[in-house]
Amino acid sequence: MTSYLEFEKPIAELEARIAELRAAAEGDDVDISSELQRLELKSADLLASTYSSLTPWQKTRVARHPARPHFRDYVEYAFDEFIPLGGDRYYGDDEAIMGGLASLDGRRVVLIGHEKGHDTESRLKHNFGMGKPEGYRKAIRLMELAGRFGLPVVTLVDTSGAFPGVEAEERGQAEAIARSTEACLALPVPMVATIVGEGGSGGAVALASAERVLMLEHSVYSVISPEGCASILWRTAEKAADAAEAMKVTAQHLQQLGVIDRIVPEPVGGAHRDPGATAEALAAAIGEELDALSDLAPAELRRLREERFLRIGEG
Amino acid sequence: MNWFTRVRNSLPFVAKRTTEENLWVKCPGCQEMLFTKEYEENLNVCPRCGHHGRIGADRRLTLLLDDGFEVLDQPEVREDPLKFRDSKKYTDRLKQARAKNPHADAFTVGSGEIEGRPAVVGVQDFGFMGGSMGMAVGTAFCRGAERALTRKCGYVVVTAAGGARMQEGILSLMQMPKATVMTRRLKAAGLPYIVLLTDPTTGGVTASYAMLGDVQIAEPGALIGFAGQRVIQDTIREKLPEGFQRAEYLKEHGMVDMVVKRHDLRETLATLLDYLQPRAAA
Ligand SMILES: [Zn+2]
Repeated sequence: MTSYLEFEKPIAELEARIAELRAAAEGDDVDISSELQRLELKSADLLASTYSSLTPWQKTRVARHPARPHFRDYVEYAFDEFIPLGGDRYYGDDEAIMGGLASLDGRRVVLIGHEKGHDTESRLKHNFGMGKPEGYRKAIRLMELAGRFGLPVVTLVDTSGAFPGVEAEERGQAEAIARSTEACLALPVPMVATIVGEGGSGGAVALASAERVLMLEHSVYSVISPEGCASILWRTAEKAADAAEAMKVTAQHLQQLGVIDRIVPEPVGGAHRDPGATAEALAAAIGEELDALSDLAPAELRRLREERFLRIGEG
Repeated sequence: MNWFTRVRNSLPFVAKRTTEENLWVKCPGCQEMLFTKEYEENLNVCPRCGHHGRIGADRRLTLLLDDGFEVLDQPEVREDPLKFRDSKKYTDRLKQARAKNPHADAFTVGSGEIEGRPAVVGVQDFGFMGGSMGMAVGTAFCRGAERALTRKCGYVVVTAAGGARMQEGILSLMQMPKATVMTRRLKAAGLPYIVLLTDPTTGGVTASYAMLGDVQIAEPGALIGFAGQRVIQDTIREKLPEGFQRAEYLKEHGMVDMVVKRHDLRETLATLLDYLQPRAAA
């Protein structure tokens, strides 16, 4: 059932052996419980040690894992209520970026985020989480709504990047992203952004220009995909692992660089091994951040947000 | 204006030795061979087909600002914070770029007047590592905005970028919101922010300060877009429409206000600055 990543091969083999033993033991009188226990311990150790030392490229693979929880999963597991709102009022409704009114442990917020989909049908419906101008314009509309009604904004960022297509360009992809970033910076209410999977370039920044930026433990955030960077600088996408290393795309690196504020731990073996527990940890972290910001005046919130970005690159 | 900037501004653009090789230049538009001297005197615009060639930061500033403008110092930023290397070290790439360019990075700010109207002009130079936006570019953009705020005058930004300064990773990406903080401050102060899009302006630069102008001007034929054409083609696997992502195409799709020939830019900017007079924000 579990879809294993390449570097998880030893784990996959162990788990297969455990499953075999179990099957063989069924209806048999041979006592294999001690052997099973030994293997299970070994497997758990291996999983823990593998995930405690993932390379940037391995983390990229985990962040893109098909079974990694997405926006809809977090809505289900982490929020008490979600009332989706749709449409940009100009052109259409972009399902790659979802948003609406939500309740997080009793706190009323506006929730916005990318949804990648989990099977062929839903991936197509959500365009693999690649937003179009109408998606970013919907986000702007919802942020303005949040500002007027004093609702904090929570965003969940998970995109390989904004959609690169003819129609997206025609309808002003660049302008929509720029205005969405501007809308974040203008918010008179608290904003907490979390990179839950991939934070891909401008398509991510447009929903992450917040005063508090969090990342899930194995998520990645970068200016260009490792493949894209490798194909330009190394002249082959095969060097993606080197590019991921060089660009420092991991939550741990980005915290050192002062680009993000907090890392939300994932269950052992990654978010996809326990979406419920991941969502719970995420909800708790976002809740704490919102509470810490709740007493700040609009001007103070904007000042925090501005200073965070102006600081970057100075001295 | 200090002695050094005055001397620098009075220097001719690039003193080249005249050889057979650089006596002639091939127009990228119509492929005609043109006299280099004639081409440069015509502001790198082809007298035959009107193709607008790229020009460096100093020439652009001279072209837009009245004589006697001040060139702001390059801001100090953390150099190579990621200790980045691909086939080459980033620091070596920077050294190489600096050897070929009068400036230390891809964004240069001039403070002066346009036909007598006070203005600050920021110019992004494609000639310096493809105009790519890193910390130096983002910070210089902000310094230009700060100068406009201090002088209470308009900010004109000439954009050109092939993409992000990948060697600065996420710090390059963070220049998008950083620059946007300053465009918001200009707006709040009631100062005009005018963008001149030149060939090529793509990626994160387009998706931040290049699309936030009160008035958006583009040079004829300039390539302007968010995604690169090859990336789009790989995604949709169709032929791109005629003129796709060119200045005229953007005009047609409502993304720029006007497409203006290089020779008319100074006058156009002066007129716009007359209308968009600084005033206290409501
Ligand atoms: Zn020509």
